[in-house]
Amino acid sequence: MLIVYKRNLALRAAPAVRARCLPASSPIEVPFPAPRCYARASFIHGHCAKAKSTDMTTHTIDNIRNFSIVAHIDHGKSTLADRLIQETGTVAARDMSEQILDSMDIERERGITIKAQTVRLDYVAKDGRAYVLNLMDTPGHVDFAYEVSRSLAACEGSLLVVDASQGVEAQTLANVYHALDAGHEIVPVLNKIDLPAAEPERIKQQIEDVIGLDASEAVPISAKTGLNIDLVLEAIVKRLPPPKGDETAPLKALLVDSWYDAYLGVVVLVRVIDGVLRKGTRIRMMGADAHYEVDRIGIFRPKMTDAAELGPGEIGYITAQIKQVADTRVGDTITDDKRPTAEALPGFKPAQPVVFCGLFPVDAADFEDLRAAMGRLRLNDASFSYEMETSAALGFGFRCGFLGLLHLEIIQERLEREFNLDLIATAPSVIYQIGLTDKTTIELHNPADMPDVVKIEEIREPWIKATILTPDDYLGAVLKLCQDRRGAQIDLNYVGKRAMVVYDLPLNEVVFDFYDRLKSISKGYASFDYTLTDYRAGDLVKMSILVNAEPVDALSMLVHRDRAESRGRAMVEKLRELIPQHMFQIPIQAAIGGKIIARETIRALRKDVTAKCYGGDATRKRKLLDKQKAGKKKMRQFGKVDIPQEAFIAALKMDD
Amino acid sequence: MTVAANLSPHAPAAQDGASDPGFALYVHWPFCLAKCPYCDFNSHVRSTAIDEDRYVAAFRAEIRHRAEIAPGRIVRSIFFGGGTPSLMRPQTVQAIIDAIAEAWSVMPGAEITLEANPTSVEAGRFRGYRAAGVNRLSIGVQALNDADLKFLGRRHNVEEALAALKIAASIFSRHSFDLIYARPGQSLEAWRAELAQALDLAGEHLSLYQLTIEPDTMFERLWKAGKLAVPDADLGRELFDATQEITQAHGMPAYEVSNHARPGAESQHNLVYWRYGEYAGIGPGAHGRLITPAGRRAQSAEKHPEMWLTQVESEGHGLIENELLTAEEQGDEFLLMGLRLTEGIDPERFKALSGRTLDERQISTLTADGFLVADEAGRVRVTPLGFPLLDSVVADLAA
Repeated sequence: MLIVYKRNLALRAAPAVRARCLPASSPIEVPFPAPRCYARASFIHGHCAKAKSTDMTTHTIDNIRNFSIVAHIDHGKSTLADRLIQETGTVAARDMSEQILDSMDIERERGITIKAQTVRLDYVAKDGRAYVLNLMDTPGHVDFAYEVSRSLAACEGSLLVVDASQGVEAQTLANVYHALDAGHEIVPVLNKIDLPAAEPERIKQQIEDVIGLDASEAVPISAKTGLNIDLVLEAIVKRLPPPKGDETAPLKALLVDSWYDAYLGVVVLVRVIDGVLRKGTRIRMMGADAHYEVDRIGIFRPKMTDAAELGPGEIGYITAQIKQVADTRVGDTITDDKRPTAEALPGFKPAQPVVFCGLFPVDAADFEDLRAAMGRLRLNDASFSYEMETSAALGFGFRCGFLGLLHLEIIQERLEREFNLDLIATAPSVIYQIGLTDKTTIELHNPADMPDVVKIEEIREPWIKATILTPDDYLGAVLKLCQDRRGAQIDLNYVGKRAMVVYDLPLNEVVFDFYDRLKSISKGYASFDYTLTDYRAGDLVKMSILVNAEPVDALSMLVHRDRAESRGRAMVEKLRELIPQHMFQIPIQAAIGGKIIARETIRALRKDVTAKCYGGDATRKRKLLDKQKAGKKKMRQFGKVDIPQEAFIAALKMDD
Repeated sequence: MTVAANLSPHAPAAQDGASDPGFALYVHWPFCLAKCPYCDFNSHVRSTAIDEDRYVAAFRAEIRHRAEIAPGRIVRSIFFGGGTPSLMRPQTVQAIIDAIAEAWSVMPGAEITLEANPTSVEAGRFRGYRAAGVNRLSIGVQALNDADLKFLGRRHNVEEALAALKIAASIFSRHSFDLIYARPGQSLEAWRAELAQALDLAGEHLSLYQLTIEPDTMFERLWKAGKLAVPDADLGRELFDATQEITQAHGMPAYEVSNHARPGAESQHNLVYWRYGEYAGIGPGAHGRLITPAGRRAQSAEKHPEMWLTQVESEGHGLIENELLTAEEQGDEFLLMGLRLTEGIDPERFKALSGRTLDERQISTLTADGFLVADEAGRVRVTPLGFPLLDSVVADLAA
């Protein structure tokens, strides 16, 4: 899964303490002291102070509440989490920073959570009893649907946070259904009721109409001002059920998530179902069939804090000399190797990449750096896969698999931002199933690898079920977009003034630039979510792009026959603008097999000569030449033609 | 004129692997009466009189300084450029030539060129320059119609230019003049006619430059504001091709991108640059390339005249840049300069300078497309098809 160095809260909250806390000769190996992101790491609270007492005898399983928060982006999930942390005094006020759980730059900037994390809150309720509340912050994006389902499986209930003026969004719907599937009790919370545009009664009605939940006791709050946060805490204690579990049964724990920490190695987030997990326990990962000895165990407050053990219903972390995140599988069952449980937890499945694209260094000399960077990201994100690829146009690079488009963007952004690499990404592609005439089926990850057409019986492509919520004003444009992308309408409903459209769509139409288009035609108001449904045969053809009569492999793609001509035309027009004039004329063609379906021509350069150089000033001319050489380096020479990197990127961003 | 006859006892270090392209001196006089709107050269306008004696002393110091860096060379050419060198008193020119002859040996019959503007005042000094030792005059005529001369900001008219040419021809055995073409609004037919007239007036040499919009000039400001319509690449190409065809037909083919001469009458001075020889730059903003025991150095002097003067007076030289060139840089400069000549380059010399061979793949692609040709003697030359695209050709070879 995704994010690396999550638990850096301590560093950010109290940087001055850091130096003191790190032992002079740290027993923890730092495998690579490299780019700036890797400097981020956690330290164990117990290093510098005695661990706070986490004596479990004072509470029983009945006093534990495990819950997650379901919300759409911007509806206030992170702010509410911050308030709960503050209200329970878990983090001292002076250490609070905005959105304390979203610690990675990309998460903060985009307001999304891409790695599960948790914080333990101690709360004395109005009934006078002390409760342990575990807040599980889940990834909120469809790319991470499986990870979301595992995080939800670690909890018994959810807070459904809805913006009291915006109402229910597509993403909220998808996530609330995931929570219902996980058997959660759900407490609706109406946020931002302090805003003048808030319409709590209308939104309550909407929650009942659209989701079918009883919203009569929805908690009206303002996470921003802190209004009614106490009521939320009471609702958690009163309305959400405690976990169930048997302390005496064989150990059974859910591997919720894991990440790589520069000092500690792999840290595993677990939820104990039955039995007790202790330091020194020899554990077995049932799915991965691997054994480890637990060398550290604790809870998040939200700093990592050592504990003696974790009992049924508890959520915490362990470390066990695990080398890489790929050795831990989200959803796996952890048990005691000596006294294993008879039955693993249901629902475990390995991560499956859905979208592929090629990533190449702009400067061929950066290839080894790219390889190293990918290795490092992979350490912490087992769902990201890569293998070496050679492209005639782009040289050496990697074919990479991602959980979805957001995942792709995040990985690309992190490679560029954290490892300082300039990358060329080829057009994203889905996995096609190719049925061959010899009755075998192959999976096609790269259009360049397409077998000879005469050997192909049929090509199957993945389809999705997409749910889109849009203000009425943009409905026409949204429907047209879906139709244009070969969509089949399944449902069309009104939710107040907003339309909810459900479409079956081929994923290859969506990976192109569907989301960007949707945002642009709805001025950002439409929300979108999808689930993969099935593979269906389609009339798909491989479209090649020829520059100066030579096919450019990195620009080839599989398209539906009906869409080939318009896409081919758009592509050659774009390339005509992006490829500079050369000393000769350059034809640019789109072709299916031997048939040219679109053509443009770049005229030959007519004049490019410096008329005069000033009295022996070769320096000035040389500096101009250096600029030209640097510009050429940023281009890829293909045959005799230099193709700028923007041309490859533009293949991703085409308007219809 | 004093031409020292004593040849240096030790051999000059000017050679770097191939035939000796020679050693030349460039002398920069940075003053003009007005700044022309297209000009980005190092020229300055002063409202008060220039203390020429003080400049002569500074030029002398600069000459001595370069002679210490590059002793024992034999001077093949001296070139007075600017600015407007024809604003100098003849005795100033004389004093500088004398100083050069004291510092190095000047080859008998060495080419000594001075750039001159064809105003009547300046034409009156031509005889004085001849007496000072100048034996070749390069006259900035620029256009043969009064409207365009005015547009180009020139202070002379056609009548004066023709008179100046006549005087020059009567005094100097060798002279050349410059024209700027591809001017705003200039048609192909108008240029053909003007060029034919120029060829009738020409002696042995002509420089024909396409107008280029240079950074930080008045023309650039106008052009950016959309107030200057220069010929587009298509017309620029047609004008260039017509120029080649007409000059060729008149026996004055191009020997360099913008320079035309009757065979044997090429400017010796510019050949030293283009053949990537050694040259010392004397005066404000002047550039030089000198070979020292450590390698070839790129030198340039302070551009601002008064600051240059102060620096020379306090430090004995005006250089603000004196860098050793890497092999790659020398290779690039050699290509940039050498391929401007129709005679082309010797690939062996490129190898000696840059430490690498020319990219065979690039050569064969450019040759197949007709932009380049390798002759029997092994020289690589740009073809008439390649010259209008020379910058692209060089970029391909240098990449």
